[in-house]
This record gives sequence, C-alpha cells and structure tokens, in this order.
Amino acid sequence: MTWELLRDTLLLEYHNTRLVVLGVAALGATAGLVGSFLLLRKQSLLGDALSHATLPGIGIAFAIMTALGFSGKSLPGLLLGATITGLLGVLLVLAIRSTTRLKDDAAMGIVLSVFFGLGVAILKMTEKIPGVSAAGLEGFIYGKTASMVWSDLFLIIGVLAVTTTITICLLKELTLLCFDANFASTQGWPVLVLDIILMALVTAVTVVGLQAVGLILIIAFLITPPTAARFWTNRLGSMLFLSAIIGAISGWLGASISALYSNLPAGAIIVITAAVIFLVSMIFGTARGVLPRYLRHLKLQKKVGRQHLLRATYEILENSQDNTPLKNLPIAMGLLRKHRYWAKGELSKLIRQARAEDHIERQPSGELRLSESGFGEASRITRNHRLWELYLIRHADIAPSHVDRDADMVEHLLGAEIVHQLEAELELSKPTIESPHAI
Amino acid sequence: MSWTANDFHIILVGGLCAMACALPGTFLLLRRMSMMGDAISHAVLPGLAIAFLISGSRANIWMFLGAAIAGVLTALFTQWITRFGKVERGAAMGIVFTTLFAVGLVLIRKAADHVDLDAGCVLYGALELTPLNLVTLFENDTYIIEIPRAALVIGATLLFNIIVIALFFKEFTMASFDPSLAETQGFRPRLMHYLLMTMVAVTTVAAFEAVGSIIVIAMLIVPPATAYLLTRKLSVLIAVSLIVAVLSAVLGQVASHLPPLLGLPDTTSSGMIATASGFLFLLAWLFGPEGLIRRNSGELEEPADAR
Repeated sequence: MTWELLRDTLLLEYHNTRLVVLGVAALGATAGLVGSFLLLRKQSLLGDALSHATLPGIGIAFAIMTALGFSGKSLPGLLLGATITGLLGVLLVLAIRSTTRLKDDAAMGIVLSVFFGLGVAILKMTEKIPGVSAAGLEGFIYGKTASMVWSDLFLIIGVLAVTTTITICLLKELTLLCFDANFASTQGWPVLVLDIILMALVTAVTVVGLQAVGLILIIAFLITPPTAARFWTNRLGSMLFLSAIIGAISGWLGASISALYSNLPAGAIIVITAAVIFLVSMIFGTARGVLPRYLRHLKLQKKVGRQHLLRATYEILENSQDNTPLKNLPIAMGLLRKHRYWAKGELSKLIRQARAEDHIERQPSGELRLSESGFGEASRITRNHRLWELYLIRHADIAPSHVDRDADMVEHLLGAEIVHQLEAELELSKPTIESPHAI
Repeated sequence: MSWTANDFHIILVGGLCAMACALPGTFLLLRRMSMMGDAISHAVLPGLAIAFLISGSRANIWMFLGAAIAGVLTALFTQWITRFGKVERGAAMGIVFTTLFAVGLVLIRKAADHVDLDAGCVLYGALELTPLNLVTLFENDTYIIEIPRAALVIGATLLFNIIVIALFFKEFTMASFDPSLAETQGFRPRLMHYLLMTMVAVTTVAAFEAVGSIIVIAMLIVPPATAYLLTRKLSVLIAVSLIVAVLSAVLGQVASHLPPLLGLPDTTSSGMIATASGFLFLLAWLFGPEGLIRRNSGELEEPADAR
C-alpha cells in the first residue's frame, strides 16, 4: 500500500470505493446522532436487543416474498420485515420491563436471545426451500459493506435524511425525555410515545445499517461515537454534532482502510476505528476525559493544600500574640505540624510549594515566616473561611463547634464575587474577622 | 416424525449445556448483569482466535484459557471505562464487546488460512453433528453406552460450575444482593464478580463448539429470568431455572421436528431451543403467580416487600 493509494481512497477518488465510503460515513453520522439520545436515556444496549430482533423479520420477509413469487432478496422487503420484528422486540422489552419485576438488562437479554434464536431457526429453514438460494442473508449478521450498490446508497441516504429531520424537529422533546422523563410526564408530555418514536428512529438506523456493517457491529455505531463525544463537551447541542462527526469519521476512515486490504472485514475495521477514537477521547476529552479531570484534580488539591498551610500559619500567629494589627513573626515548624496534624512529608511538600510561590520564607534560624504577599494572602484566606463559617452558623444552623469542617468543604471554591455576596449578606466589611470558635 | 438415538444425544448435550449456563446466569440476573452474558459470548472471539493462532488447532486447553482471559478482560475493561470514564455500564459494555468482537473477526480472517474456523461455526455451533462424534462410556457383552464427546466436555463444565457455586454459594449470594455488606464481611465481592465472569466465559467456550453462542446467550438469560417470575427464594430460583433449562432443550428438539410435519423445511436445533426457552418465559409471564393474567384479573395482592 502506498500513501497515494490511501489518500486517493480517503478523498473518494475511486469509483467503487467512493460509494461504500460515502454510505458508511452517512450511516455513522446518523447513528451517532440517534445513539446520543439512547446513551443519555441510559438505554445504549437497546440497540443490541433491537438489532438481534430484526433477524426473524429478515427470514420471514424472505420466505413470504419467495412464496409470493418475487425475488426473496429485494432489499426494501427485507428491511420492512426487519423493521417490524425489530420494533416488536423493542415493544416487548418495554412490556417486560413495566409488567414484571425483571430489570432492563434481563428484558433486553430475553428479547435479544429468543428473537435471535428464532431468526436463526427461520434462516435455516429458508436455506432449505427448494430451488431458491438464500445465500447472502447471513450477510445481515456480519455485514457485507463491499457489496453495496448505488440503490442501497440511495435507500440509506433517504432513510437517514428522514431520521435526521425527525430527530432535529423533536430535539426539545427528546432532550426532555433523556434528562428527566418523570418531569416530562408530569408536564403532560406523552413519554411512552416519545420513547417509541426514539426506538423507531433507532430501528430505522439499525435496519439500514444491517447491510452495511452487520447486525452485531451496528451496535458499536450506536454506542461508541456518542460516548466518545460525551468526553469533549457538556452541552447537548455540541455533543450531538460531535457524535455525528465522530460516527462519520469512523465510517469514512474504517471503510477506506478496509478497502485497501482485501482480507479485512469492513465492519470490524470501522468498529475498531471508532473504538480508537473513543479511547483517545476518554483519555484526552476536554470536558470529562480522564487526563484533564486528573489534572484539574491535582490543581485543586494543590490549591487546597496551599490555603490550608497559609490559614494554619495565620491562625498560629493570631494565637501567639495580642498585637493589632497582627505582626508577621517567624514560627517554628513543629508548631505548624501540630496545628493541623500534618504528616511530616506532606507538610514539607506544602512548604516547598509555598516557597516556590514566594508565600513563605525560611529564616536562617530554621523557622518559617510568611512573605509580604503570603501574609496578605493568608489574611484573606482566613477571612474568607470565617465569613463562610458565620454564614453557615447563621443560615444553616450549624453549631459553631462543628462549623470548621463544613466551611472547609466549600471555601476553596469561593470566588471573589461570592465573597462579596457573603459580606453583603452578613453585613461585615472589616478587614479581619474573629473566629467564631476556638482554634 | 422420526425420533432416534440422535435426538436423545442432542437433548443430552443441549440439556447439559442449558444447565451449565443457567447456573452462572442466575447470579448474572441477580446482579442485573444479564447482558454481560451476551457481551462475553461475543467478546471471547479474539481469545479463541489467538488460541487458534498459537496452537493451530481447535478443541484444546488453549481455547478455554484464551476465552477465560477474554471474558475476564471484558469485565475488567467494562469496569475501567465505567469507573475512570464515568460512562454508564451498559454503554461501556457495548463498546468493549463490539470492539473485542471486531478484533476477533479480523484475527479470524487472518487465522482462516491456517485452521478451519469461521464466525458462523461460533454462532450456530453444530448441535446436529454431535451424535456423529461418540465416545464409549461403558461396554460389555450386552450393552454399549455411548455418549457424544461434546456431552463429556459440557458435562465437565456443568460439574465445574456446580462445584464453584456450591463452594462459594454464600459469597455469591451476598455479593449479588449486597456487595457493600459482603465487602465489610470480608467476602471480596469484586473477586466473586471476576470468578463469575470466568465461569461465564468458560461455559461459553465449552458450549461453542457443540451448540453455538445462540443457545449460550439464551440459556444464560432466559431460564433464570423465567424462574425469577415464579419464585422469590434463591434456592428455588436456581432449581426452577435448571428445570426450565432442561425443558427448553427437550421442547426445542421436539419443536425442531415440527416444521417438516407442516410441510416446511426442517431447521436447526439450537435456534429452536432458544425459541422454546422464550416460549416457556412467555408462559411464566402470562400465567405465573405474578403474571399478566392474574394481575389483570385483580387476584394479585401486592406482597408487602414488593418494590
């Protein structure tokens, strides 16, 4: 393989791969869009149950069409059959869930396995209908991306356009359904109908996707792009957009790569491509990715540690002298350690950090002394802490002897604006505040 | 309708397999992880393919090892994605098993040059062919008792499952109903979780060759779910799901002879066994003690502990 070949395939230069690549990319985009709602509704695996439930429909449709003397492999007929049993399967899942003690997973598992077993039994029967070749129906299980023809593409694009339009028209309703179904139902929205519409959309995507990536792998198209997109954003609109893009890219890249190697199954390569995108998103995603979250956590931890150290120093200064205004005197390391019961290593780490930030200086005698800026910062932090304590005592009825810990849980996140609000609320604006409890 | 020794053999293999699956399936159901059965039965594919590539043959200890590892990895990856990525468990499971399945498909395509293996045989199995491969269990002048080789493999798996569950019954029960309590009592619920996943994976593989993954998925889920509608007691639940499992195998095999009676082509036993289990579930759903019929006729009083 040469890079030129890869580039030409990616850029749709080849007539025969162009069709497949376009079709799969369109499918990925729509599946990503619809799958987002499925993910937010916490029903991702319903696509799994649904796609398996389409199999008996395919077999029955084939048998009926053959019996009526048509070609058994007419795609619209097969897809109609698939849609009918697929929807039936989903309705059964909803019915089992609402009329028995069984939970989601069992309901889906039952429908999935029984329908699939029935489908296999029916397909085996159709194979033995004399004089008819049912070969190729199994392509619905594993997908036959490479054998896509132009009429398939038009069908896919038609169905996808309708699905996308409906999704966009019902954006508000579906959003409500996903985020708070109970609220939606108390507001008079027909939640069951909306659920069924969502399922119908999923069915449409699944059924047209069967031919392209196969029954088992269409599930990945419904689940992976939305989950990957979720790591990058907290807004529904951008998540939908991103999910569609990720779906399209997975399809486009996956189909292109598999077109270059004759013995790579396209469906599988598409799924693996999507999985790689998912993995990258999970690690680096800006909104919820593992790495950015970890870094934010570290940063917060550092900030909390610094604030604890400065406040402890300030409180020791307050306890050890009667001067007003407070004088910035050196204090012994041991005193500091005892004040918050720090472990030795932890305290030295905090002090190292504070020295690097020029908040604390080490005296020649080995004692520690707040720097000019550190002293100001310490006084501000202590004041914020006490503002918050006073607020909690007054408005949350927390006993003064217990308030220290509660204030500590929130004070590190206080912005300047909230501090002003606290001051206004408590009618306090003096530069120093006394602690409401013994330190 | 012709009823032969073959049917007996198929029922023997199918029934043993159904029981072997129903045991771990019960605990999957209680842990609300039924779909894990579906996920693992797909996800063992790369484990199998790698075992084939290494050993170059089917049916050996590598297969079980590969599948067990793949099964535990599925559970592990799902756990990681759920915990570190804060993704809903269903979605995490979906991503893991579709990806592993895809990797398996690619590997199998690579392995196809070396060994006789295709995804179809994993899916459908060859239940109809099991009577062709018999081993003699007992032989004297008057009697010969032969059973299919697959029955031995699956019987051994069933025995393994029975032993594991009997040994850790208390632990499994507590880990299923109250993982936090189990943790405080020192019962290692996470270890139990992975042990259960290993059981599911090993059972899946043992069943693959003979009956295909369709039966495995159905038998992991449907008999326990059927039993769940009939009882609220764990010991009864296990017993009933074993009975439903065996009944499914018998009914399914009988049913696979029915279509020719109606002038239709005959069909596969494994598909019909899965269908039969669905039929039994339907009966329990309609006529069970808390079923639709009694519910709608108003006979049912909500039990005090019903949620």
